[in-house]
Amino acid sequence: MQFGIFTVGDVTADPTTGRTPTEHERIKATVEIAKKAEEIGLDVFATGEHHNPPFIASNPTATLAYIGAKTENIILSTATTLITTTDPVLIAEDYAKIQHLTDGRVDLMMGRGNTGPVYPWFGKDIRDGINLAVENYALLRRLWDEDVVNWEGRFRTPLQGYTSTPRPLDGVSPFVWHGSIRSTEIAEQAAYYGDGFFHNHIFWPAGHTKQMVDLYRRRFEHYGHGTADQAIVGLGGQFFMRKNSQDAVDEFRPYFDNAPVYGHGPSLEDFTEATPLTVGSPQQVLERTLGFRDYVGHYQRQLFLVDHAGLPLKTVLEQLDLLGEILPDLRAGMAEGRPAHVPDAPTHASRVAAAGGAHDSTVYAEADSATGHRAEDAQHTEEVTA
Amino acid sequence: MTKLVVISAGLSVPSSTRLLADRLTAATVEALEDVEVTHVELRDLAHQVTDQLLTGFPGAELAAAQDAVRAADGLVVVTPVFSASYSGLFKSFFDVLETGVLDGKPVLVAATAGTARHSLVLEHALRPLFAYLHAVVVPTGVFAASEDFAGTDLDRRVTRAAGELALLMGKVSPVDSATSHVLAGRRTVEDELAEPTPFEQLLREASGR
Repeated sequence: MQFGIFTVGDVTADPTTGRTPTEHERIKATVEIAKKAEEIGLDVFATGEHHNPPFIASNPTATLAYIGAKTENIILSTATTLITTTDPVLIAEDYAKIQHLTDGRVDLMMGRGNTGPVYPWFGKDIRDGINLAVENYALLRRLWDEDVVNWEGRFRTPLQGYTSTPRPLDGVSPFVWHGSIRSTEIAEQAAYYGDGFFHNHIFWPAGHTKQMVDLYRRRFEHYGHGTADQAIVGLGGQFFMRKNSQDAVDEFRPYFDNAPVYGHGPSLEDFTEATPLTVGSPQQVLERTLGFRDYVGHYQRQLFLVDHAGLPLKTVLEQLDLLGEILPDLRAGMAEGRPAHVPDAPTHASRVAAAGGAHDSTVYAEADSATGHRAEDAQHTEEVTA
Repeated sequence: MTKLVVISAGLSVPSSTRLLADRLTAATVEALEDVEVTHVELRDLAHQVTDQLLTGFPGAELAAAQDAVRAADGLVVVTPVFSASYSGLFKSFFDVLETGVLDGKPVLVAATAGTARHSLVLEHALRPLFAYLHAVVVPTGVFAASEDFAGTDLDRRVTRAAGELALLMGKVSPVDSATSHVLAGRRTVEDELAEPTPFEQLLREASGR
């Protein structure tokens, strides 16, 4: 069972002071938060991707590679990678590169993005969201799994004899999760490929999350990847804790009341009852989190949102210290009653082992059969003919 | 069992919107053989409707109302007229309803207002809304200004609209006059030439029955 945090990189005013951090502060804070996550023993740090204000989450690959250089063990992931508006050819290159740079400490979570105006900036249409996610991911799989790809589709220019470089580390592509709140097509997609399914979980009632996870598990089994309870499930979660639960409620309320997404809507009390948000003591957070298994079954990855709604960096780091304190109990609790046949979340090491060991997948370009030239000789050839 | 869901968006208690809803409900129930009625008062759900606009998911009571709409064989919807249209709360209820829930469902549209000058609200606001939502809007809509509650003409329109809704919804009561009235249709000139309406009846109708 993996525990980690995920961030959407929102630049939000602190409602208690009215101060909004600069982009620079927020970007640097994200790195501090990731380093803290490793320090307290978390397994995963994941960042979202946005291409519009008020977010600093564009270019997640640079962020993850930089954090990868500053950390030793933590798995770097996305939450989510926009498979709709990002060229799958770039995704294939970027994340294979991070795999090499971080020795396999990377996986991805695919998502569609729900901001309509962003799509046309990238030449796409939100109404094609599902089709884009389906076609683009099918291409991404081939770019990682096949050395030479001939491809033609609806949404990007065709590829002929194309090799995505670098090839995945050790011949094994990064593990992929598919994130969706309510699109059944995405749960179906995750099941079809035997990939992981991540439910954001934090904005909707548990009954809805259960329906989506049940669907994914059922279809995972249908497509022959294992039994339903062996499907790879991840959940989001959200908490704010203080030693004294009333302190947590008092301190978090202004952030909740003014938060993007649900702010100025339901009361903190209604929302904590309806969704997995837990505001209280570490013990309450521990118990609520262990209760997620009651409706999704034993699962593989738990990510928490801790750094949103204008919470200052200092507070976020304190929250992570508190999370670190209950982490051993979370791990022990999740291990309790977990059947042996329920797998852990795939890692680079486990995927290499499953593939029968590492192999160098470098594609060494051959000379062109017509000219006898290789691509890297092009400049040399020009010099000769000049 | 035929399922009728009545949605009324009045804000005051008691409200003329609810009053009109009740009259439409009674007439529809009478016209149907076996009917179960669920009344959804939007005032009680106002917070949850707003919350769903912001969070994307319904609270428990609103979810129950939405389930009732999903399972309904027909709807009676009644809104007060605010600023020359349906009320914001009324519209929001349908804004947060899952797409497709009203596909093919018979809907009787009705509205109340302080003045008869708003009477075309049914045609320029409610009918297009429910056409967009792919509902089957019954031909007769019922508009009631304050003064209509004093007259007898409102009853005639209520009966006619309820009869039309009942015919679209399910098994109608064999003894009911609302549906037979609708089925009998209007008398044409040809009908009158063949068999004129007796003068005693004309005399009766001239003074309002």
